[in-house]
Amino acid sequence: MKLEQGVLYTKSHEWVKEEDGAFVIGLTDYAQSELGDLVFVNLPEEGDEITVGEPFADVESVKAVSDVYAPVSGVVSEVNEELLDAPERINESPYEAWFVKVKDVSEKEELLSAKEYEAFVESEKE
Amino acid sequence: MLIFEKSRPGRGMDLLPACDVPAVEPAEKDRRKMALHLPEISENDLSRHYTELAKKSHGVNDGFYPLGSCTMKYNPKINNDMADLPGFTEVHPLQPEHTVQGCLEVIRTAEEYLCEITRMDRMTMQPAAGSHGEFTGLLLIKAYHESRGDKNRTKIIVPDSAHGTNPASAAMAGYSVVSVPSGPDGCVDIAKLKEAAGDNIAGLMLTNPNTVGLFDKNILEITEIIHSCGGLNYYDGANLNAVMGMVRPGDMGFDVIHLNLHKTFSTPHGGGGPGSGPVGCKEFLAPFLPSVLVDGKERLSFVRPEQSIGEMKSFYGNFLVVVRALAYMLTLGRDGIREASQNAVLNANYMMHQLKGLYTMAYDEACMHEFVMSLEDLKKKTGAAATDIAKGLLDNGIHPPTMYFPLIVKEALMAEPTETESKETLDRAIEVFCKLYHEAEDDVQRLHDAPVTTPVSRLDEVGAARHPVLRYHFEA
Repeated sequence: MKLEQGVLYTKSHEWVKEEDGAFVIGLTDYAQSELGDLVFVNLPEEGDEITVGEPFADVESVKAVSDVYAPVSGVVSEVNEELLDAPERINESPYEAWFVKVKDVSEKEELLSAKEYEAFVESEKE
Repeated sequence: MLIFEKSRPGRGMDLLPACDVPAVEPAEKDRRKMALHLPEISENDLSRHYTELAKKSHGVNDGFYPLGSCTMKYNPKINNDMADLPGFTEVHPLQPEHTVQGCLEVIRTAEEYLCEITRMDRMTMQPAAGSHGEFTGLLLIKAYHESRGDKNRTKIIVPDSAHGTNPASAAMAGYSVVSVPSGPDGCVDIAKLKEAAGDNIAGLMLTNPNTVGLFDKNILEITEIIHSCGGLNYYDGANLNAVMGMVRPGDMGFDVIHLNLHKTFSTPHGGGGPGSGPVGCKEFLAPFLPSVLVDGKERLSFVRPEQSIGEMKSFYGNFLVVVRALAYMLTLGRDGIREASQNAVLNANYMMHQLKGLYTMAYDEACMHEFVMSLEDLKKKTGAAATDIAKGLLDNGIHPPTMYFPLIVKEALMAEPTETESKETLDRAIEVFCKLYHEAEDDVQRLHDAPVTTPVSRLDEVGAARHPVLRYHFEA
């Protein structure tokens, strides 16, 4: 399992990074390896409001469709449309393949450090 | 090879009689610019073409087909004989009622029997499949709430083990979905259900036995929780094959139900069906049923319920499928129906019991008509995933169980042997499952390479999903 320094994690396997006043959100390496090869991504649109703990996107592998949960509440300011045509980027480099950038963040869930997330994943495996 | 590639100009045969009325040329603007690409092929080649396709496929007539939650039971040929009777085939849907009393009697009798099995009061035969039935049932629930001026009910509760069609149908009907988790025992988490219940809940959708093959022992409490918040209970009949003649959804507290005649009542799944998903309901919902219902005593006639939600399909649904299902019920009779369910449950438990020494069961307790294995351990130990075992089964002439479902079980294989398989068939399948387990331990590469005996070898599922080829290109 690859971890990225400088980003924070959720228990539902998203990563979050603050960058130029926006929150950048993506899926963790563990999530992509559990899901398997992704073949389709559904993303919100710019200007959409997302709510902490609620699904804001979904990813589809050959096995199943899975929701991606918002770690923060706010307004989508930018969408990584490249993923729509190339969902395999999430498998190849999960920490570069960001989904959305979110501004006007009003609320966020308790985020985990890389170390805490690693421990959480280990405990889940048992 | 596609039939279009076998086509040769000028070869072919006349299927249609010569036109005996004056030909009418369509107006210039309505005419095709290019001739249709119809294959030109001789009857002999056509016959071989379809026989070849049939040989490449695997159906219930070819071998064991334990596809979980699909109830791939044998379809008795007498059902087809009945559906072939000219009184059922040589009729027109708009024929006067007094000339098709037999057809009406089929619909009325099938409704009566299915209502008896499920303890519903009325049932429509119109929906063409299970998901179509779900949509119909949800529209009934919606019509009921709206008729009472109760407009705040915008949510449907669906457990996280539900069939994917449940949340999809709820969304189609304009509801938002509240997902309720299952407890460690695979059943609905009662505390979480109580939290979700409220005056914004239109209803609950549930299968019982559920998708992990367990009968939810709290079912009466579950339906009561929903009723006491003003919601209605919807029964997804996908798993009815486990309980026919034993318990009835209407007695469990359900208000609406759909059945899958192509699962439980032995009508064909093949080639897309056609399916049939009758929707039954309690008396208080009957005024909203789609048209047309059959009523009357001596002389039967079609009636349209007063506050009907409208047509869900043209005319009377897939009528000949209903004929087959009725033939099945009449063949089995009251005792036979019960026995079918008992044997379905017995067969599943036999298979599960024989396999659980090697394979890890997701829920290690007596199951209903199907059971779920988790191959997570095997995958960790050997690298063989559920899909590898599934592909290995293909090389042994067995259709794989349902894979990667339900979603709450990792590396899931969900097997439903049905009642129509003999002990010998089950024993052979068990032997194959065990053989494949050992193959995973000894030579996992062989499983990664499977299947090797099928018309096509392992397909590139990812490539197919990422770069689908959706149409055939004709040479100019």
